[in-house]
Amino acid sequence: MSKFINFAVLFIFILNRNQMKEEKENENILDEVTTSEYKYGFYTDIETETAPKGLNEDTIRFISKKKNEPEWLLEFRLKAFRYWQTIEEPNWALLNHPPIDYQDIIYYAAPKQKKQAESLDEVDPELLETFNKLGISLEEQKMLTGVAVDAVVDSVSVKTTFQDTLAKHGIIFCSFSEAVQDHPELVREYLGTVVPHTDNYFAALNSAVFSDGSFCYIPKGVRCPIELSTYFRINAANTGQFERTLLVADEGAYVSYLEGCTAPQRDENQLHAAIVEIITHDDAEVKYSTVQNWYPGDKDGKGGIYNFVTKRGLCKGNNSKISWTQVETGSAITWKYPSCTLLGDNSIGEFYSVAVTNNYQQADTGTKMIHIGKNTRSTIISKGISAGKSNNSYRGLVRVSKKAENARNFSQCDSLLLGDKCGAHTFPYIKNSNSTSVVEHEATTSKISEDQLFYCQQRGIDTEKSIGLIVNGYAKEVLNKLPMEFAVEAQKLLAITLEGSVG
Amino acid sequence: MLLNIKDLHVSIDGKEILKGCNLGVNNGEVHAIMGPNGTGKSTLAAAITGREGYDITSGEIIYKGQDISELSPDIRANEGIFLSFQYPVEIPGVSITNFMRTAINAQREYRGEQPIAAGEFLKKMEEKKKLVDIQSKLTNRSVNEGFSGGEKKKNEIFQMAMLEPTFAVLDETDSGLDIDALKVVANGVNALRSENNAFVVITHYQRLLDYIVPDFVHVMYDGKIVKSGGKGLANELEEKGYDWIKEHVQNG
Repeated sequence: MSKFINFAVLFIFILNRNQMKEEKENENILDEVTTSEYKYGFYTDIETETAPKGLNEDTIRFISKKKNEPEWLLEFRLKAFRYWQTIEEPNWALLNHPPIDYQDIIYYAAPKQKKQAESLDEVDPELLETFNKLGISLEEQKMLTGVAVDAVVDSVSVKTTFQDTLAKHGIIFCSFSEAVQDHPELVREYLGTVVPHTDNYFAALNSAVFSDGSFCYIPKGVRCPIELSTYFRINAANTGQFERTLLVADEGAYVSYLEGCTAPQRDENQLHAAIVEIITHDDAEVKYSTVQNWYPGDKDGKGGIYNFVTKRGLCKGNNSKISWTQVETGSAITWKYPSCTLLGDNSIGEFYSVAVTNNYQQADTGTKMIHIGKNTRSTIISKGISAGKSNNSYRGLVRVSKKAENARNFSQCDSLLLGDKCGAHTFPYIKNSNSTSVVEHEATTSKISEDQLFYCQQRGIDTEKSIGLIVNGYAKEVLNKLPMEFAVEAQKLLAITLEGSVG
Repeated sequence: MLLNIKDLHVSIDGKEILKGCNLGVNNGEVHAIMGPNGTGKSTLAAAITGREGYDITSGEIIYKGQDISELSPDIRANEGIFLSFQYPVEIPGVSITNFMRTAINAQREYRGEQPIAAGEFLKKMEEKKKLVDIQSKLTNRSVNEGFSGGEKKKNEIFQMAMLEPTFAVLDETDSGLDIDALKVVANGVNALRSENNAFVVITHYQRLLDYIVPDFVHVMYDGKIVKSGGKGLANELEEKGYDWIKEHVQNG
C-alpha cells in the first residue's frame, strides 16, 4: 500500500515538474511580448540562381531541367500548367487583395552551392547563421532535440539530418528532388493522387512549378522513432515559394510530422502556394503539425505573404488516421483548408486549428472532412482569434456520402474578438447523405471580458501579459495537440502576434 | 497610516455613488464595512483597486503616503493591494498554478527580483493550499471554471495567501458560503493577519465577524461612512437592523 502511495507521490511530482517546466517557458514567452517588430525580419545574402521572371512552358522546362527530372514529371508539370491556363483564380473566400500578377514572379531560386553537402561543415556558413537566428541551428537540433530536420531555404533542400537513424528503420525522409532521383517509382505512384492538379487553381499552379519540398515514406509496421520536422523559409525577394510535400504511411506505420514556417520582412507581397499530400494505408497514422509564422505585413497592412495552401490527406486504408494541427499566426492572407478523405472503414480524421489575425491580416481557413467509409469519425476544433482590423473566417465542409454508415462528426468553432474593429466569421457546410450518421456542430463567439482582464490585472499582471494568458488559455485545447517543442513556440507566437492589440 | 481615504467621490457613468467617503486604516488593523445593498461598498473596493469606469471626481486615496488614484490596477496590485472578488471570474484554459506563477513573477519583476524557483513555488503552493484546505486537483483546474461558490471564495483566499498583500479588501467573501467554508475562509484570513498588513472586510452580516474579529466596524449608507465603532457596533446593527441606521442618518 505504502509503495503504491510512494508511486503516486512520485507521479504527481513528475506531473508538477513538467507543468512547472511548461510554465517557466510560458513566462519567458510573455517576456518576449515586449518585442513588437517582426522577429524574423532579417535577410540573408546568399547568391541565388534564379529562373527568369514570369511563367510559360519554358519556365517549367527550365525548372524541370535544373532538377534533372524524368520525362514523366515534366509531362505532369506541363499538363498542370495547361490546365491552370484555362481556369480562373477563385474568389469565394472572404479575402481582399490586389490582383496577383503571375508574370511578375520568379518561379525558381536556388541557393548556389558547388556540390551537395555531406556534413554541416560544408553548408554555407551564412545559411547556418540564418538557422541560428531562427533558433533552429541544425547542430543544436541534431544534438539536443533528436528531431530530424529537412531544412528548405528558397525551395531547395539544404541538408537532411538523421538520415542514418531513419534509414535503419527503412524510413525515407528526404527532399522532394532527391526522392525524384532516388525513389522515382514511389513518387510516381503517389504524386497527385490526393491533390490532383485539378483540385484548385493554386494546386494547378504548384503542380506546374513546384521547386522542392519534402518526401517521406514510412514502411509497413514501422513507428517512426523521432518527430520529423521541416522548416520552410522564404528568403529572396519576389520569389514565390511552391513547395510540395508527399507523405506516405504504409500499413500499420506511424509518424508525427512538424512543419514550421518563418520568412524575412519584405515590402512586396510574396506568393506562397504549397501542396501537402498524405496517404495512410490500413492501420496507419499520420499526425501533421504546422506552426505558420510568415511575415504578416506591417501595422498598416503593407507587405506580407499571400499563403494559398492545399493540404489534403487520404485515409486510404481501414482503421487509418490523419490528424492535422495548425497554428496560423502569420501571412497577410491565409487560404488554407487541410482536409481528410475518410475512404477506409473505421478511419479517423482530425483537425485542430488556432488562427490568429491582427492589424490588417486576413485568414479564411478551415477543413473538409469527407466521409466515404463505414464507421468513419471526424473531429474539428477551430479557435479563431481576431484583433486589430483583421478578418478571420472559419470555412468548413463535412460531407457524409451514401455509403458512410454510422459516420460521426463533431465540430466546434469558437471565435474570440479583441477590440471592435475586427471580424470573425463562420461558414460551416454540412452535406449529409446517410441517415445513420451523426453530425454535430457547435459554435461560439466571445470577447475577452473587462472582468477577466481586471481580474488578472488585480493580481499584478499587466494588460499585455493578461491578454497573452487569456488567449493561450482559450487556445489550450488545440495547443495541447502540438508536440512539446512546437507548443512552446506556438504560445510565444500567439502572444507576439497580439502585442499591441488592446490599448 | 497605511491607507487614508479622504472625502472620496466616485461616479459610474456620471452617476455619483460615493459621496464623500472617509476611511483610515493602519497596519495591523482589521476593519469591517457593513451596510445595506447599493450603498457603495463594492464601489469603494473598485476605486481602491483601480477598476476602469469608476471615476474619482474628487478626494484622495493615499496608500503608503502616495496618492494612487492615477496608477493602473496591476501597479496597485504589485504595491501590495489585493481584492478578494465578490464574483470571481472564470479564465478557461488557465490553471490556477499557471495563473499564480504568472502573478507571483509579475510581482517579483516589479520589485526587480528574479522569477521564483520551481521548487520554492511548489513548496509555497502546498503550504498555502493547506491553509485554506483546497485540494491539489483544484489548482490544476482552470481558474474558477466550474468551481462551486465555496471553492471560488477559498481560491480567492488562497491567492491572497500566495501573494501576501499589505492591504487586502474582502468583498462579501462570506456570501454564498456554508458555515464550514466560512470557518475555513476566516481561519485563512486570521492566519495571515500580522502587524505588517491590514484588512478591510465588506459584509452584510455580522456572522463573518464572529470568526474574523474586526478592530473597527463602519456602517456605510448612501455613499458615506455614517457610523463607526468597535466590534460591538456589528452586534448592535444585527439586533436593530439597517432601518436603525436610516433613522440615525435622517436624524443627523
